[in-house]
Amino acid sequence: MSGADVLRLESVRKTFGGQVVLRDVGFTVPEHSVTALIGASGSGKSTLMRCVNLLEGIDDGAIFLDGAEITDPRADQDAVRRRIGVVFQSYNLFPHMTVLENITLAPRRVHGRGRAEAETRALELLDRLGLAAKAKEYPDRLSGGQQQRVAIVRALATGPRLLLLDEITAALDPVLVGEVLSVVRDLKEQGMTMVLSTHEMGFAREVADQVCFLDGGVVLEQGPPEQVFGDPREERTRRFLSRVVASGRLQG
Amino acid sequence: MSGDTAATGAVVVKGDDDAYRPSERRLAHEAYRRGRARRSALIAAGSALATAVALYLLVVNSPGWEVTRKTFFNADYARQALPEVLKGLRLNLELMLGCGALILVFGLLLAVLRTLRGPVFLPVRLLATVYVDFFLGLPMIICLLVMITGVPALRLSGVTTDPLLLGGAALVLTYSAYVSEVFRSGIESVHPSQRAAARSLGLTNAQAMRYVVLPQAVRRVVPPLLNNLVSLQKDTGLVSIGGAIDAVYAAKIIAARSFNFTPYLVAGLVFIVLTIPLTRFADWLTARTNRRQFQGGAV
Repeated sequence: MSGADVLRLESVRKTFGGQVVLRDVGFTVPEHSVTALIGASGSGKSTLMRCVNLLEGIDDGAIFLDGAEITDPRADQDAVRRRIGVVFQSYNLFPHMTVLENITLAPRRVHGRGRAEAETRALELLDRLGLAAKAKEYPDRLSGGQQQRVAIVRALATGPRLLLLDEITAALDPVLVGEVLSVVRDLKEQGMTMVLSTHEMGFAREVADQVCFLDGGVVLEQGPPEQVFGDPREERTRRFLSRVVASGRLQG
Repeated sequence: MSGDTAATGAVVVKGDDDAYRPSERRLAHEAYRRGRARRSALIAAGSALATAVALYLLVVNSPGWEVTRKTFFNADYARQALPEVLKGLRLNLELMLGCGALILVFGLLLAVLRTLRGPVFLPVRLLATVYVDFFLGLPMIICLLVMITGVPALRLSGVTTDPLLLGGAALVLTYSAYVSEVFRSGIESVHPSQRAAARSLGLTNAQAMRYVVLPQAVRRVVPPLLNNLVSLQKDTGLVSIGGAIDAVYAAKIIAARSFNFTPYLVAGLVFIVLTIPLTRFADWLTARTNRRQFQGGAV
């Protein structure tokens, strides 16, 4: 079982200037599975993502990628990041590069692929997401949904082992949210291992194999979506979900 | 999809062109605005004329005007000085271009060295910082004097004593410090999320700098760099204190011979004429950058 776990967190603790942001966080992400992190803003979802990608160090505990500890100070951070794709809430495309250049940067400079090979692969991915016509455009000419889909292609272009999606629909209007989420659905079909944080509860319920509810830096409840959404054990989970239902983001 | 919205937008604009007739209200508003504009132009012209006349009368009626006119505004000496000054100006331009290129390279290098992290680079970072602090504070003229008179006094073999080269070196030393600060502010203006995105793609710190941060930083600092170029162009005149015959020194030679200061005025005017297009270009570039940023694009 442990051989098939892509990501494992063990009692991860993270503080920012004395304030505890993550406390004893632990869960495992099996291969080809989707884990959704839910919880109010400030519950630690984004920090957790940044820790997994080593953009933030952790204070205690350990994070394992394919069984090897990546939070070990001796681990090669660049090598770890090469195996993890990240998509950010604010897209973070490079504004001075065309869509194609954005996507081929890492394959060419980090993975040493040839220009032609990298571009062929990038165009293939863009085509699959219906964006082939935008390859030569600069990011500021694209809509938010298109930019976010390009960001997903950019993260996929290096063939990552794990994909982290950090509130990727939070900056989009409902129509564009649909565009982006259907891409995530397709990725799940293809067996991509993903961890995503989201406020789209309906989507989390539909696409996730495992849901973790974060509250005040603690994984308060975790389990299959039917259980967490349908029959939450914790009072706080119930209260959070009823607030979400009241705001219209989830059918009660 | 957004493509559809764009298409609909275009259709609306097209419809505008076909059937649109300006309303009475719009025509009235436009007529009113034209009237206001004409009035503003008249007022501006009137006040400019009045100011010019007042200044002219003030200068011409000053007690020393006759003497000043002869020593500073002498057409004969101006005609005599202009070709000499222009011959000297060639040197200023060569200095500006040669030093300008070196300054850009060293300035960028200094700025990048100061962003290096890690214990290995501590001495490099420290040296770059000390260098910039030192030359930002050191007056240009002192740096020039020390280079032009101090270096030959050392009698080092293989080191030039040519005042022109030493003066140019002094310009490069000082301006590299200025320009490195401009580059550094550009580097710092690139949002940290850009670096985070680059690093999470697996790029090393150096690669993130080269492919993601620097290209954006350099684009942003082009207008302030042009301002530095303008001020470098003027400061090339200072190299004449070492005896190189540039535009200012050529004027000085004639002035010393004739006890007439008109040649200085000619040299000054030549520099002004040269800098005006550069400053206008810098303004235009700044305005264009601002316009593009307001549209939400950095490219």
